[in-house]
Amino acid sequence: MTDWLLEFAGIFFDTVTDVLPIATILFGFQFLVIRRQIPHLYRILSGFFYVILGLAFFLMGLEQALFPVGKLMAQQLTDPHFLGIDVELYKETIATQWASYYWVYLFAFAIGFSTTIAEPSLIAVAIKANDVSGGNINPWGLRIAVAIGVALGISLGAFRIITGTPLHYYIISGYIVVMLQTMFAPRSIIALAYDSGGVTTSTVTVPLVAALGLGLSATVPGRNPMLDGFGLIAFASLFPIMSVMGYAQLGRWYAHRQQQKTEYNTEE
Amino acid sequence: MKALIKAFYESTRDLLPIVVVIAFFQLLVLQQPFPGLLKMLGGLLMVVLGLTLFVHGLRTGLFPIGETMAYDFARKGSLPWLLLFAFALGFGTTVAEPALIAVADEAAEVAANGGMIASTDSAMESYAHGLRMTVAVSVGFAIMLGVFRIIKGWPVQYLILGGYIGVLVMTMFAPQEIIGIAYDSGGVTTSTITVPLVTALGVGLASSIAGRNPMVDGFGLIAFASLTPMIFVMAYGIVL
Repeated sequence: MTDWLLEFAGIFFDTVTDVLPIATILFGFQFLVIRRQIPHLYRILSGFFYVILGLAFFLMGLEQALFPVGKLMAQQLTDPHFLGIDVELYKETIATQWASYYWVYLFAFAIGFSTTIAEPSLIAVAIKANDVSGGNINPWGLRIAVAIGVALGISLGAFRIITGTPLHYYIISGYIVVMLQTMFAPRSIIALAYDSGGVTTSTVTVPLVAALGLGLSATVPGRNPMLDGFGLIAFASLFPIMSVMGYAQLGRWYAHRQQQKTEYNTEE
Repeated sequence: MKALIKAFYESTRDLLPIVVVIAFFQLLVLQQPFPGLLKMLGGLLMVVLGLTLFVHGLRTGLFPIGETMAYDFARKGSLPWLLLFAFALGFGTTVAEPALIAVADEAAEVAANGGMIASTDSAMESYAHGLRMTVAVSVGFAIMLGVFRIIKGWPVQYLILGGYIGVLVMTMFAPQEIIGIAYDSGGVTTSTITVPLVTALGVGLASSIAGRNPMVDGFGLIAFASLTPMIFVMAYGIVL
């Protein structure tokens, strides 16, 4: 019990030090520049306290329950022995064996999807988007769209590490797709879609995805963890932009079709 | 009380996919038992409790203060102070970010291995420190630019397109070793506390300035904050 308390106190203290500079900037500007009483000050301060306490519990729980087993899992799943790949045989031509890594792709997809659903900053943005759009944007739908984007991105990122193709080819193609989609997407979703790229990768996703990247680049012959281990996060921040715009386009197309149907019915 | 139960239920639902994924791979694919099942259940309970408290604090603390300050700045009408605030918020929230510190240290190791800097502790430390400052300045700059955009009402996609072109141009000139790190640094800068605050600031600004639509103009700050670090980190790699 004392161990637990000590560990919790440590994490709590770390969270406080994270929040402290932010709180200093906020309250400093409030008192020195704006010079106005903050309405409901007590409520806001208690809100800050809840955020810190909540994050401390959240991080400690992840450390205790999910990260160790998740990281170990990433190592075990990327092990060529487990996958039944003879690395001696395919030293130079491992890229031709990319299909044998199917468990890795499935794991990358599943872990990308599930960690994104639990990502606190995405929950925050979804709540806000729902408020601002007057309920037009369903927070759950938005989060699923983002999660699918991250899942696809991380699987493709795993494929890239296995085949050893340069990262920037993928990123450049991704940018081109994003720009094309921007031309056709509903105007109100564009900024939100761009934002959802940045929010997906934080507390829950990064440690597990980094473990996967390191595990893969250490076991695939010819890959260097120092160089090839990076890049999965970049995929995870690019693909949600596409999936969110796709989601909005699909929603618009569906609404349009429904409308046509009703028009057709009334004409009859 | 009813709201609390609902919040608890929602947190459990949010966590459920991870539990299913981990259990599926552990039991069916790897066919191994769970080590320390009881400790794990305790940990899951903490995660659910933490998420519930966090979302509650979000609604009562982070969102209101972000919005109140946005309204007050808009009413005060002083652009320099608002821009300074935006820069300070971006810089201050990034410079101490643990994920960034970890990435900067790794980047220093890559640079030392690649022969870009001397493999001494002091050289690596100063490289990592410089990188962290670069990213923090770039995020400060991004939030500042984003706030300026909201005030001017520029369409977000033009600036993002400009950013993409910047990334591509830098990729052509940056040393190979830094590209992966630079691309990843965009993702790690936006922490769990920064995102709600910055979002509330943007949306609050867009709702309090006449002629701006919070949906079209309010979002986009996070997008800038994850794009500029890529450009700045590659620039750092070129200059050094």
